[in-house]
Amino acid sequence: MTAPECIVRNGRWQGRQHDVVIGQGRIMDLLPSDSTRSFEGMECFDVKGAMLLPGLIDGHTHFREPGQEYKEDIDSGLKAAAQGGFSHILCMANTDPVNDCAAVTRLQMQKAAATHPWGPFLHPVGALSKGLAGRELAPYYELAEAGCIALSNDGLPVTDNHLFRRALEYSTGPGLLVIDHCEDPGLAADGQVNEGVMSDSLGLAGQPGIAESLQVARDILLSKYLNIPVHLAHISTRESVELIARAKQAGVPVTAETCPHYLLWDEELVSGYFTLAKVNPPLRTSDDVLALRQAVREGVIDILVTDHAPHADFEKDAPFAQAPNGISGLDTALSLSWSLVKDQILSPEELIRLWSTAPAAIYGLKTNSFTPGDPADICIFDPDTVWTVSAESMASKGKNTPCLGQTLPGRVQALMLQGRLIYEHA
Amino acid sequence: MHWAHSHLLTISDLTADDIHTVFELADRFAEMADRPVKKAPTLKGKSVLLFFAEPSTRTKTSFDMAAKRLSADTFSLAQTGSSLQKGENLKDTALTLQAMYPDVLVIRHSLSGAAHYLSQILTCKIINAGDGWHAHPTQALLDGFTLHQIWSGFAGKTLLLLGDIAHSRVARSDVELFHKLGVHIRVCAPRTLLPRGIDNWPVQVFTDPVPACAGVDAIQCLRLQLERQAAGLLPSVREYAQFYGLRSSHLDLAQPGVKVLHPGPVNRGIEIQSSLADAANSLILSQVSAGVAVRMALLYLFLTQSQKE
Repeated sequence: MTAPECIVRNGRWQGRQHDVVIGQGRIMDLLPSDSTRSFEGMECFDVKGAMLLPGLIDGHTHFREPGQEYKEDIDSGLKAAAQGGFSHILCMANTDPVNDCAAVTRLQMQKAAATHPWGPFLHPVGALSKGLAGRELAPYYELAEAGCIALSNDGLPVTDNHLFRRALEYSTGPGLLVIDHCEDPGLAADGQVNEGVMSDSLGLAGQPGIAESLQVARDILLSKYLNIPVHLAHISTRESVELIARAKQAGVPVTAETCPHYLLWDEELVSGYFTLAKVNPPLRTSDDVLALRQAVREGVIDILVTDHAPHADFEKDAPFAQAPNGISGLDTALSLSWSLVKDQILSPEELIRLWSTAPAAIYGLKTNSFTPGDPADICIFDPDTVWTVSAESMASKGKNTPCLGQTLPGRVQALMLQGRLIYEHA
Repeated sequence: MHWAHSHLLTISDLTADDIHTVFELADRFAEMADRPVKKAPTLKGKSVLLFFAEPSTRTKTSFDMAAKRLSADTFSLAQTGSSLQKGENLKDTALTLQAMYPDVLVIRHSLSGAAHYLSQILTCKIINAGDGWHAHPTQALLDGFTLHQIWSGFAGKTLLLLGDIAHSRVARSDVELFHKLGVHIRVCAPRTLLPRGIDNWPVQVFTDPVPACAGVDAIQCLRLQLERQAAGLLPSVREYAQFYGLRSSHLDLAQPGVKVLHPGPVNRGIEIQSSLADAANSLILSQVSAGVAVRMALLYLFLTQSQKE
């Protein structure tokens, strides 16, 4: 056994104070803090009773590089990831040019390796179709070989059912999971907000929940017919939840994600044309929020993701219909999730499952369960401090969150990846 | 006279008392139209900026005339020929206009919420002259004033809004205004032109104009935007005209002396049988005259009675 390299002392794990012995980037041992073992002469990192969480995994982000670096680049995105407590990040393919060939994938991987060699680790998601145009398959083997971890047409939903079927079939060759942004563009009809009370009162085009649920149903049927897994992105409606629950009961290999904003806020947040709450799919009704909360507790929805969608200030500072969709999510994800724990909507164990264990299983990533041999990816989190969200406090270039000015519970104190201190809160 | 508002963005900003204040003042200004000299010095030295980022004839002219009758200076900016056409964003255009110190900015824009947006970034007073599908409060006020001039009161009256409700800022503002005045409101349109949440509106919903017209005191016809057919909401304009166009047989079902209104511009033979637009009980031109009086009243209130900030 190799000699320990450092000790994380006095960290709370599963409700008890522990010391974590780390060597060669891995967990060597987990000991109660009151053990008699001596750590003399070893590098110690005393976290003074803060919580120990595994590094979080975000299965859905937009890092904008190449093409729109003024919104975010890989360096700033990974800084936000580190500050948010994340060890692994999946980034979607809707860059400019689109990530539909090895050259773009490699550029993203190289940028990540050059700016953040010790993590957080970036895993590009390749385009499901060339140029995301929804007409021809992208080269999945080439994308997989270059480092893509999954496939998606995120941002530009695939309407051609035949193409989508062939994409699912072909993806099994290189073994890439398909993540589907479920939206029927015809029914979505350029809707700016949820269709109903808010679209009526604001005089904006509405996007009905069935624009999502109908595609969820399609994906479930195809997944069942082909017996090929599909992962359903950013689920926002009760109807989708009910379809997924039934599919899982029947053994259909679907998994699903939602975002903190769909668990926290309903469509009321956009009243007064609040563009920072403009997101796609749109914030839904309070009834949808309740259904989603239950779904994440029960595992009908497997994982949480941020759908981190950074935009420049001037883009959101516009009349509602001109403002782009999206919320910058990495900096606030854990605090927003922790507010759900504080409100007893989620337990700390469920939070760890939703942000770490379950996404690790879906994407085949290694996560830390604090058992010997696990990667020493540790998010040191103080649940008792509060912080006020401001442009300055965010590492992402995108300051577009409805939380600006709000005080949120819990703060990432430090992030350790493979035993290295990557980030420490000043 | 009390006027606590800095902006007029929607009718929901106003109380029923506010609406009656506008009507009383408009009654007085309406008389000016009959005078040989149609000008008063009331707003001399005030600047009214007319920012119409969407085509408009009657609303823009109406505001222009209203301001000039009260001796305010007016300045116009249209979408074409302005920097907006060169790709300048609305914020920069608005800040540029504000730097010229207008007292009131009147805005017409194709995007819902545009007036609300300007009210958040500018310090001058904003009057919404129509934003997207959202609101057209001065139109609703002039519709109300037109009927106020004819009727002795609004209680017990029934108004039908006939036509595209879903995409109409006039319909939204009319519903808010007439609801505040205690008028029973009906709406009638094919289901594709009714908003999804119509059941939450304080209106009675019809899809057949025959029962919808029965017993009503006034009918406001709404303009059919011809692009609704292209958007797949209607099979054809012809079918709409045949089944939803207002015709004299509909009026026979209404109260005797039923009034016909239309915010204009009229598509003759589509949403209304042409002769009905010119008939004795048509108030379409009265609406235009009422528009000037109502806008004079609003400019007067905003420029002389509104709270100094």
